[in-house]
Amino acid sequence: MTEPNQSPESLSAVTSPERPQKLAALMPKGVSDARGTSLWRGAFKRLSRNPAAIMGAVIVLAFVLIAIFAPLIAPYEPGNPLWNSEVTPSSVPGPSPEHLLGLDPFGSDLFTQLVFGARQSLIIGIVSTSLGLLGGAILGTLAGGFGGWVDVLVMRIVDIMLSIPSLLLAVSVAAVLGRRPEALMIAIAVAQIPIFARLLRGSMMGQRNQDYVLASVSLGLRKRTIIMSHVLPNSLGPVIVQATLTLATAIIEVAALSYLGLGSPDPVVAEWGRMLVKAQERLSSEPMLTVLPGACIAVTALGFTLLGEALREALDPKSRR
Amino acid sequence: MLRFVIRRVLLMVPVLFGLSLLLFGWLRALPGDPARALLGEKATPESIARVNAQYGFDQPLVTQYVKYMSQLLQGNFGSSSRTGEPVLGTFINRFPATIELTVAALVFAIAIGIPLGYLAARRAGGLLDVLAVGSSLAGVVIPVFVLAYILKLIFAVGLPGPLGELAFLPTSGRQDVRIDATHITNFFVLDGLLTREWDAALDALVHLVLPGIALGSIPLAIIARMTRASVLDVLNEDYVRTAVAKGLHQRVITFRHILKNALLPVITTIGLQTGALLSGAVLTETVFAFNGIGAYLFDSISNLDFAVLQGFILFIALIYALVNLIVDVAYGVIDPRMRVS
Repeated sequence: MTEPNQSPESLSAVTSPERPQKLAALMPKGVSDARGTSLWRGAFKRLSRNPAAIMGAVIVLAFVLIAIFAPLIAPYEPGNPLWNSEVTPSSVPGPSPEHLLGLDPFGSDLFTQLVFGARQSLIIGIVSTSLGLLGGAILGTLAGGFGGWVDVLVMRIVDIMLSIPSLLLAVSVAAVLGRRPEALMIAIAVAQIPIFARLLRGSMMGQRNQDYVLASVSLGLRKRTIIMSHVLPNSLGPVIVQATLTLATAIIEVAALSYLGLGSPDPVVAEWGRMLVKAQERLSSEPMLTVLPGACIAVTALGFTLLGEALREALDPKSRR
Repeated sequence: MLRFVIRRVLLMVPVLFGLSLLLFGWLRALPGDPARALLGEKATPESIARVNAQYGFDQPLVTQYVKYMSQLLQGNFGSSSRTGEPVLGTFINRFPATIELTVAALVFAIAIGIPLGYLAARRAGGLLDVLAVGSSLAGVVIPVFVLAYILKLIFAVGLPGPLGELAFLPTSGRQDVRIDATHITNFFVLDGLLTREWDAALDALVHLVLPGIALGSIPLAIIARMTRASVLDVLNEDYVRTAVAKGLHQRVITFRHILKNALLPVITTIGLQTGALLSGAVLTETVFAFNGIGAYLFDSISNLDFAVLQGFILFIALIYALVNLIVDVAYGVIDPRMRVS
């Protein structure tokens, strides 16, 4: 038996660089990867073989690129109704060489509005989901990591938040903060916090009784260290999957809230949901004004959903072989 | 069982208490003073003074909260700053419409979702399965209001060409205004049946078709997915194989062995969806000008009618909690295993 305080050295000896080679020598022929496959590496491998995942990834990538390079792709400035005089109460000019998809009901270039709409959705979607994830992670870590009365208190707060339908919660937040894009992001984030908090708590609860936690406790690690550097990283898988799926919901919710008139006070803003408000009056004469922004929202949400679902499947231990 | 129900009801108390604190804080956090928030922009100095005295907005916060709560418990939720109607009365008047719409949406979602999910699971990987998974994905990613417009375009405005024939369904309101119907309960279909005004009942029913489909699309997708996953799990169970080996009739296996077990998680899902649908289909009701609580909420949002928002949020949270309670209790009744634990 070695003395207890020597254990860190002996541990590092085991994890020294020669170990894989030594192990590889012991392995039967044909099993070359002695390091084994990590969870994420294996997940990535399965993802690249899943057509739905590839389709989702392509949509997401295209969406992100369009959002980033919007000024280069779009021929005009967004939210700029220069051709207002060409729009009459009965008709909106359709596709022409100058305007690929025609004009919108305000007299802006429809293609430009759609392209910049992607940018708007991406920014609001990512910022709000990150905020929601952060808030949820803080609450979830508190509840799942510490347990006891902290857990009870935090989960009651989460219960209260869950008892208000998310759209109403978002509306109440937006009402306090006023009609601004930032209010929209915070509103959507607040509605997401309870979902992430609950998920992370459950995931951490599942990890708490694992052997490696017991090992860290018996090594005398501090509680904070165990939670932050052992339990938390191991519990993040489901949360990351949820975040991908939540991005899809966030993009739909952005559209819904700005359709309801929250968000930017400017009606001409290049935002997919807002574009539908004015388009509905012309549903019978110009159905494309409704269908195109609607399709943009649906396809983007589809991309994130496919990717998220595939990621969930790939990370599921049951599907690992 | 009774102890379980009592415990759950008691657990609702802190949640509702917290919610009232939250709403109280929310009302205080609104821009401008709370009296103006409750009364709206056009408030006169006299009416502001009256509300200030009524809710005691000039007193210490704790006193204010106590006063606020006692007002709420007496059923005084204030009046709309837009129409002047009392909030509670408006809610009671309009809630039947939302219940009707919710029932229509659920009937649509369950009647299609469960068979679709079941058949998809039985033919996993087949064409029907791909179709079911695809349509349930579509149900989730197409925003409700976009779907509502597409339905409106097809069934009311009319597509160009021969497809224009499809445009025969009504797309706005709850009943044709030309029908002089008697309303007792404000459930228009039920009213028609009670008063034997069959045409009124039928007309109200027809008005529910498109909003019901639009609102039911999301629950349909979720129910179909849940059923599919759940049936797939059950199909691999030993008792199903035993039932097949015993030579039981396919119908008995399907209903008594597979569906009876597989539908348990689906029931929870349906319950959760019911709570969500009852809480006001703001978007669907708005698009179809359906006069339930959702459409009213939309108007209150755009006019920042805080008295209505506050009251409706509180009612909705209460209904949401009650529906969840009923689901939990129903679950215990259906699944004997739940009763033990």
